[in-house]
Amino acid sequence: MAGTRATEDLRLVQISKEFETFTAVQPMDLTVPGGSFFALLGPSGCGKTTTLRMVAGLEAPTTGRIHIGAKDITATKAYQRNVNTVFQSYALFPHMTVLENVAFGLKRKGDSAAMTKARQTLDLVQLEQVATKKPAQLSGGMQQRVALARAIVNRPDVLLLDEPLGALDLKLRRQMQIELKRIQSEVGITFIHVTHDQEEAMTMADTIAVMNKGRIEQLGDPATLYEKPASTFVANFLGQSNLLRAQITGAAVDGVMPASTHDHDVWVAADRVPDGLRDVWIGVRPEKLRLGDAGRNQIKGQVTDASFTGVATQYLVAMPWGFELMVVQQNDGSPRAGVGENVTLSWDPGHEFVLDQSQAEDAGSGLVDG
Amino acid sequence: MAWFRKHLLTFAAMVTMTILLLPNVVVAIYSFNKPNGRFNVELVRFSLDAWKHPCGTSGICDSLSLSLKIGLTASLVATILGTMIAFALGRHRFRGRSATNLLIFMPMATPEVVMGSSLLALFLNIGMSTGSLAILIAHIMFCLSFVVVAVKARVATLDPRLEEAAADLGSRPLTTFFRVTLPLVAPGIAAGALLAFSLSFDDYIITNFNASPNSITFPMYVWGAAQRGTPVQINVIGTIMFVVSVAFVLGGQLVSARRARAAS
Repeated sequence: MAGTRATEDLRLVQISKEFETFTAVQPMDLTVPGGSFFALLGPSGCGKTTTLRMVAGLEAPTTGRIHIGAKDITATKAYQRNVNTVFQSYALFPHMTVLENVAFGLKRKGDSAAMTKARQTLDLVQLEQVATKKPAQLSGGMQQRVALARAIVNRPDVLLLDEPLGALDLKLRRQMQIELKRIQSEVGITFIHVTHDQEEAMTMADTIAVMNKGRIEQLGDPATLYEKPASTFVANFLGQSNLLRAQITGAAVDGVMPASTHDHDVWVAADRVPDGLRDVWIGVRPEKLRLGDAGRNQIKGQVTDASFTGVATQYLVAMPWGFELMVVQQNDGSPRAGVGENVTLSWDPGHEFVLDQSQAEDAGSGLVDG
Repeated sequence: MAWFRKHLLTFAAMVTMTILLLPNVVVAIYSFNKPNGRFNVELVRFSLDAWKHPCGTSGICDSLSLSLKIGLTASLVATILGTMIAFALGRHRFRGRSATNLLIFMPMATPEVVMGSSLLALFLNIGMSTGSLAILIAHIMFCLSFVVVAVKARVATLDPRLEEAAADLGSRPLTTFFRVTLPLVAPGIAAGALLAFSLSFDDYIITNFNASPNSITFPMYVWGAAQRGTPVQINVIGTIMFVVSVAFVLGGQLVSARRARAAS
């Protein structure tokens, strides 16, 4: 029966959470499409975990409603919701075996096939051989998979993952990212993944909501967020950005607009410039900047640092006005520059993004033009 | 020399155990004695008389049964109340929480003589007669502190996420308490209950202040008997108590060892 049921959308309507001393989540709307892998990404304290806990029913929202499909679940208790959580600390029951842990939820519902289903789910996460062990006897990665099995065995409408990979080492984390993605597509449940790791969010999620200070800054698929960040915060939080202070100096000609940054004339793609904006940040990702004059927009500078990372070389290039740009050049055989060398940096219009200059330039902390 | 160094710890442990257990062994040996006269201080002749008639001396088994009754009731009540108090102190923030913490600690810090006499003064002032009930109330009062301390320590180590996880998995609050919370706190509760029982069973000073001629507990009986001579039955009951306690501890060890083995 679980397999045939269509997964339904989760909708948060004007939901907010205020604690005694601060507001964790500002009123916000959010729709998570059924069956998708959704990530809530943000720095610690941005309200992502609080949002998750409200969906789980572990925290009551101050305002707003929570819907799953047509059902309003705002007033229901955690134990009445068909929503399950994988906790950051796993929160496995230490006095029960792995199998008992996994069967716990089904038994509460009086499912007579609880043990069989629990075994099948342990099979899915490849842990059938440790069914009779206690959680404390397992490694961190195994405990993580038990926590996952314990949640998905219940076939919840929505599965919540609260920084589930935070306690694992890098290699295991990469493995589990792939594993989680596989399991999600196998069971078809809506996954909401809370994380502060932008790489993890981009690797796994279909859609990412970037949160900051209790608000959603931007919502979109990973590529859109990276290529067209809507705010300096998103630009700096997802990957590295060079933000240049600039003015739009004219009207669009053949799809590009003239702009000036520190007396250098550059061209930006007209469709990237919000209407009527004059004072802007021009953002260029380090890998979009090239050493040499192959691109239409060109700036001269001096290399102050070069670090070889294997697949690429990372340069810091000082501009005449003091600001340092980060450039990442693939080691594709193109000539390398040394420290102290004068170089020309270039990029083509359309490889940049344009943001309103009234935004704080250092939101999310990145490289900032003085 | 190397051999000696290697076994030094074993040797030290054996000496310590011997010193600790010797009195119990002496008590056990003298329980098989048939003394001349009223004082059981000299080994005279082997006899099973006392073991065959443990209640052979007047009043001894009455006092034992009274001590057991008071001990069991006091530890039961103290354990139930103490567990609830421990949860309240460990889990909730409320007005008067630190005051409660302090008051709970007081009976452990107060000298028994002071507490016994104060309680007597209190009972007399409110017009309550001394006797079994007064003793029971006094015992519940001082046992409570120890139960609270034992359970609170366990509650403090309990991850609140576990209860959240249970609720998240569809477990109602009452089910969560019995399936998750209680099993995890149980060792603390058991330790508190055992401690309470042995404290109550053992208490002489506070009990003596609040006793009446009709409520002679076992420690009071032994103390009283010692003035006039020590019946061998005291050794018999003492030995039984010792063996029962050791059996309890060994049983507990065995259960946890088996659990650990089953789990691995």
